[in-house]
Amino acid sequence: MLLKGNVWKYGDNVNTDYIIPGRYMELTDPEEMAEKVFEEHDPSFRKGVKPGDIVVGRTNFGCGSSREHAPIALKGNGVSIVLAESFARIFYRNAINIGLPALECPGIHDAAEKGDVLEVDVTGGLVRNLSNGKELRFKPLPPFMVEVLNAGGLAPYLNKTEEW
Amino acid sequence: MSTISEKILAKASNQETVSAGDFIKTKVDVALNHDVTSVLAFEAMYQMGAEKVWDPDKVVMILDHVAPPSSINSARVHNVIRDFVKAQDMKNFFDVNSGVCHQVLPEHGFVKPGMLVIGADSHTCTHGAFGAFATGVGSTDMGAVLARGKTWLRVPETIKVNVNGSLGEYVHPKDVILRIAKEIGVSGATYMTLEYHGKVVEEMSVAGRMTLCNMAIEMGGKAGICEADQKTIDWLDQRTSGPYDLVKADKDAVYKETLDLDLTGMEPQVACPHNVDNVKDVSELGKVKINQAFIGSCTNGRLEDLEQAHALLKGRQVHPDVRVLIVPASRAVYKKALQKGIIEDFIDSGAIVSNPSCAACFGGHIGLLGPGERGISTSNRNFRGRQGSPEAEVYLSSASVAAASALTGYITHPEEVA
Repeated sequence: MLLKGNVWKYGDNVNTDYIIPGRYMELTDPEEMAEKVFEEHDPSFRKGVKPGDIVVGRTNFGCGSSREHAPIALKGNGVSIVLAESFARIFYRNAINIGLPALECPGIHDAAEKGDVLEVDVTGGLVRNLSNGKELRFKPLPPFMVEVLNAGGLAPYLNKTEEW
Repeated sequence: MSTISEKILAKASNQETVSAGDFIKTKVDVALNHDVTSVLAFEAMYQMGAEKVWDPDKVVMILDHVAPPSSINSARVHNVIRDFVKAQDMKNFFDVNSGVCHQVLPEHGFVKPGMLVIGADSHTCTHGAFGAFATGVGSTDMGAVLARGKTWLRVPETIKVNVNGSLGEYVHPKDVILRIAKEIGVSGATYMTLEYHGKVVEEMSVAGRMTLCNMAIEMGGKAGICEADQKTIDWLDQRTSGPYDLVKADKDAVYKETLDLDLTGMEPQVACPHNVDNVKDVSELGKVKINQAFIGSCTNGRLEDLEQAHALLKGRQVHPDVRVLIVPASRAVYKKALQKGIIEDFIDSGAIVSNPSCAACFGGHIGLLGPGERGISTSNRNFRGRQGSPEAEVYLSSASVAAASALTGYITHPEEVA
């Protein structure tokens, strides 16, 4: 799985309230969730994001609420992958479960600036920053998670998997 | 040589032993759902090819976040859920008149020691207070639980937290957990269990242990657990019946870290904006003026919290510049407070008492903060924008500090108004 896109860079502890505030938790339509992404934290994101773009965080990305609205809102704006030094566990599961790759990639925050173009080899465990030539290796996802991502998420994966 | 988490997860997954780092597929004993995450879980369940939930008796549905609905859309969502509950023959349904899911679930006897509880809410870790392994997941994971009764988990490492010493008069379980958050940090327990031990925890009420376990997620924790003891049994016996699997950690259990705290002499603690680990002694703050005080939530909306607030508010008037919102965590809590005359005294003090629900905690229902406003809250998160405007500030404290602050108009040590 090879992904390429422009970087949107954020810092530590990007919580799910920042990604989509609590008052929008009553939404059930993914497109409506996508409209609210980073509404208060970074309104420029929604205006400027392009299909394939890559979100880069530092530590504890996605902390807080269990709302799946958060990765859905990112994916709904065409985000292809979230890279961070570390993730909060529920966000991490949720992202993989809806088919949005989330990868722990130590060093990524220093290696990429907003607007840089990254190329990510998800299964090969390599990030290339095409804007500054830097390369970072990361531990590839466990095979089970790659299967889930390849299926498009846990729901389609389980739909064709009897053994669980 | 197992921690409580390892023992419960070994049993749930039908294995002799499991160790931290193992990936397991496991059956689930109870699945907890609420109004703002479950519609997505239903959709996931259908996409997985299931028409029916695996066991309607093990699924509990509680409408608590936007209860009663404050928007047309949330009213619609509630009706989607009511239709699902009927179609699935689920009898464990608690409508908008019930209270916060993490209070209602144990009050109605759904949680027992040794169980594996999975909830589509991050504060599901609250139920570790009963010696269960309880953790929050998102909607798609919940969809898999609804469809198959199973989930996958990575067996977590455990941080052992020993809390000893003697707590001061106005120092409560909330102060203990805020202090622990200060030590561990907002991501210091990511993927891990916090196992709470020590004299302070042994002497603590079940309600207080719920407060400790509730906030494990605020340090990134997967679970917070207290060993079940006679207090747990006495509490549960009023609501359900045994047998209870009182899981204890082995003496030679392997812990990732141990945190020893002696809290003798500790002041009430306050988490300042905008992170839960930005914790200070209340006297360090200076005169921080507030516009709102919220006493409620799954963290601190129980009877003992209302009693702490009542001890200070009774017979007095709240500050005219502060709106004071008090929300009991459940109908049972509300009724007890009513019978004790606590609610009447709150109303006489000028406080607003609202129906049991999540209320101001998550910024999606009642009690929002406007730009430039500051609130003190007994809930669990002070993220920027959490309770309304991103230009507002939220401070977290016990009910005692919130009530004292409601009287003076600024964040106040309860001793000042006692």
